[in-house]
Amino acid sequence: MYVVLLVLKNAFRHKLRTALTIVGIVVAITAFGLLRTIVQAWYAGAEATSSARLVTRNAISLVFSMPLTYAEKIRQVPGVASVSWANWFGGVYITERNFFPQFAIDAASYLDMYPEFVLNPSEKKAFLVDRKGAVVGRKLAEQYGWKLGDQIPIRGTIFPGTWTFTLRAIYDGVDAKTDETQFYFHWQYLNESIKARFPRRGDQIGIYVVEIRDPSQAAAISQDIDATFKNSLAETLTETEKAFQLGFVAMTEAILVAVQAVSFVVILIIMAVMANTMAMTARERYGEYATMKALGFANHFVALLIFAESLGIALAGGVLGILLTFPLASAFAGAMGTLFPVFFVSGETVLMQVAAAVIVGVVAAVVPAWRAANVRIVDGLRSIA
Amino acid sequence: MAAIPLNYIARNLAARKLTTALTAGGMALVVYVFATVLMLATGLTETLVATGQTDNVLVIRRGSQTEVQSGVDRPSAAIIETLPDVATGGDGRKLISKEPVVLINLPKRDSGKPSNVVIRGATPQGLVLRPQVKIVAGRMFQPGTSEIIAGRSIAEGFRGAALGETLRFAQRDWTVVGVFDAGRTGFNSEIWGDAEQLLQSFRRVSFSAVIFKLIDSERFDAVKAQIESDPRLTLEAKRETQFYADQSEALSKFIFYLGTTISVIFSIGAIIGAMITMYASVASRTNEIGTLRALGFSRAAILAAFLGEALLLGLVGGLVGLIGAAFMQAFSISTMNFQTFAEIAFSFSVTPAIVLASVAFALVMGFVGGFLPAARAARMKIVDALRAA
Repeated sequence: MYVVLLVLKNAFRHKLRTALTIVGIVVAITAFGLLRTIVQAWYAGAEATSSARLVTRNAISLVFSMPLTYAEKIRQVPGVASVSWANWFGGVYITERNFFPQFAIDAASYLDMYPEFVLNPSEKKAFLVDRKGAVVGRKLAEQYGWKLGDQIPIRGTIFPGTWTFTLRAIYDGVDAKTDETQFYFHWQYLNESIKARFPRRGDQIGIYVVEIRDPSQAAAISQDIDATFKNSLAETLTETEKAFQLGFVAMTEAILVAVQAVSFVVILIIMAVMANTMAMTARERYGEYATMKALGFANHFVALLIFAESLGIALAGGVLGILLTFPLASAFAGAMGTLFPVFFVSGETVLMQVAAAVIVGVVAAVVPAWRAANVRIVDGLRSIA
Repeated sequence: MAAIPLNYIARNLAARKLTTALTAGGMALVVYVFATVLMLATGLTETLVATGQTDNVLVIRRGSQTEVQSGVDRPSAAIIETLPDVATGGDGRKLISKEPVVLINLPKRDSGKPSNVVIRGATPQGLVLRPQVKIVAGRMFQPGTSEIIAGRSIAEGFRGAALGETLRFAQRDWTVVGVFDAGRTGFNSEIWGDAEQLLQSFRRVSFSAVIFKLIDSERFDAVKAQIESDPRLTLEAKRETQFYADQSEALSKFIFYLGTTISVIFSIGAIIGAMITMYASVASRTNEIGTLRALGFSRAAILAAFLGEALLLGLVGGLVGLIGAAFMQAFSISTMNFQTFAEIAFSFSVTPAIVLASVAFALVMGFVGGFLPAARAARMKIVDALRAA
């Protein structure tokens, strides 16, 4: 008990210094937590996938399409439960800054395949019967203040012209992992308009989404689908939805690695600051440590005092930092809008923050504790801070 | 009024080596992050800006932002070719290149993870239009064959793209017969093949972009107006330099803002470190401060001395961080540009502005960290300071 009291008293002997150190740790642990959360948000698309869904695309790259006739051929592959499709529209809403993904989908089959998009039945029906209707995620609708019945003009970059859609339904995600920033409309509408203007570009599909009966058969079914179209003009590449999404993450991996590296740099910075604090503190107290040792306290007891003080300060900063991470993360998510569709602090992040605080506390105390434990009593008594 | 000599200030830092090293080390890390991020954003912009030539004009379909999204059919391309402002080459042919540009998915050499690579259908005129492109290994592709040449970054970074290897796409095997280097430009991240061969094998009928050289660079606005007002064409024209500069905008801004925000947040940690060190420095030298004051040094001189010490601390940290960042020039980074959806390789690039900004950033950290402790030192009363234990 007295040991705890002694450590506490020691820690607050220099109130300003301890307070500054704690503030530093709070900043570092919060920044670390936010950066980890950003990295995880990158993977959100892959996290929210279903193992029962495969994605088939043109083997050359996503820029190339596949004919509509593939839908029936894929449906005949054993193990396939249903098939739907989507085309990346890549349009611009007012200015290039307002980025959000838009897809032309085969509406009925697509929405059936994605139960994570929760729709009000009457809205869903309104969307399905309106050829120029659109369905968007809650977050997206809120960002632009759209209400049901609004006309939304989108300028095509791949499909020329300005396309106007009527907002018919807004979906909610089934949980926090679901992306609520998507914009969907009817593929049939896109196809008919494009076919009339550019006959060669009609009846083309960007990606097929394939639902399979048994997720454990994913690899075999993928191979069967690709074998069906081998040596055709549009060879396919089928992979699980997760692998498909991870493919996107991998393309920007260099940036991701940089953010991750930087998140550890902040821990290094605060480690230097904390180590400095502990070094100064211990140096000032060599005389006291020598006195304690002269009274019969063991070397390891003196070291323990320093470790406890260092850990205490680091953990105090760590806990405050973790508490601060949550409001900051939601403020950040709000400011970023739809750039990070899914953004929340995970349990794993909190654990890493705790670990970081502990490591900072321990590492900062190593040198001062070793020195204090090994200082000769005579030298210690003689030392001046 | 005498100032306290710099020598005194510097020796104070040298007196407590561990503390000085730790504090300056923290600042060095912040400056390192700050400088690297600026170098990265600059490197990307420089790479894409250098890709274009000012007197080249790039024509794409109206509304499409990239060559890959665009489509220019043969009749439209032929109309462009007849414009009187298109320059003529030494062989008497118009300097105009009609190019299909598509993306193909290739696995990276080290990780096997796929990424999108630009493949461009090139023409003899296209090479004249880009004098920066030079074959460094192997030879040029033969027109009319399934031969391709790869940019240096692609040849090094992707499987099957090195000299002598083959890539399979669009039902054909394509042999890499040459590797080209286009300096620090975006073309280093492309694969080039014969335009007509690529059109056929990808079953395309339209080109993606038409690039031509102006006889007179000043006539650009007139030519642009002529193309964009022609009722037969739904195209838009941009200077090649502007086109590529636009493509770097989103990613370099993203890197810049993310990086500077992170640096500023990190700097709080380093500033606190400096503050702790300087407060301790003031506390342990209370007697000295009293003595200096008694000798006749003014409060301003004391303030300047401690601020000087903090600034010096910042300068040391800043220089160490900058030297560390300078080593990053040896590396290059390859990632997807989300505007074009294609892989782009670029390196860290140092400019005098970045050096100045980093040093200034370090000095600001030192100043902010040192100001309060220095003010405390300057405010001390002579008697109290001399009496302090």
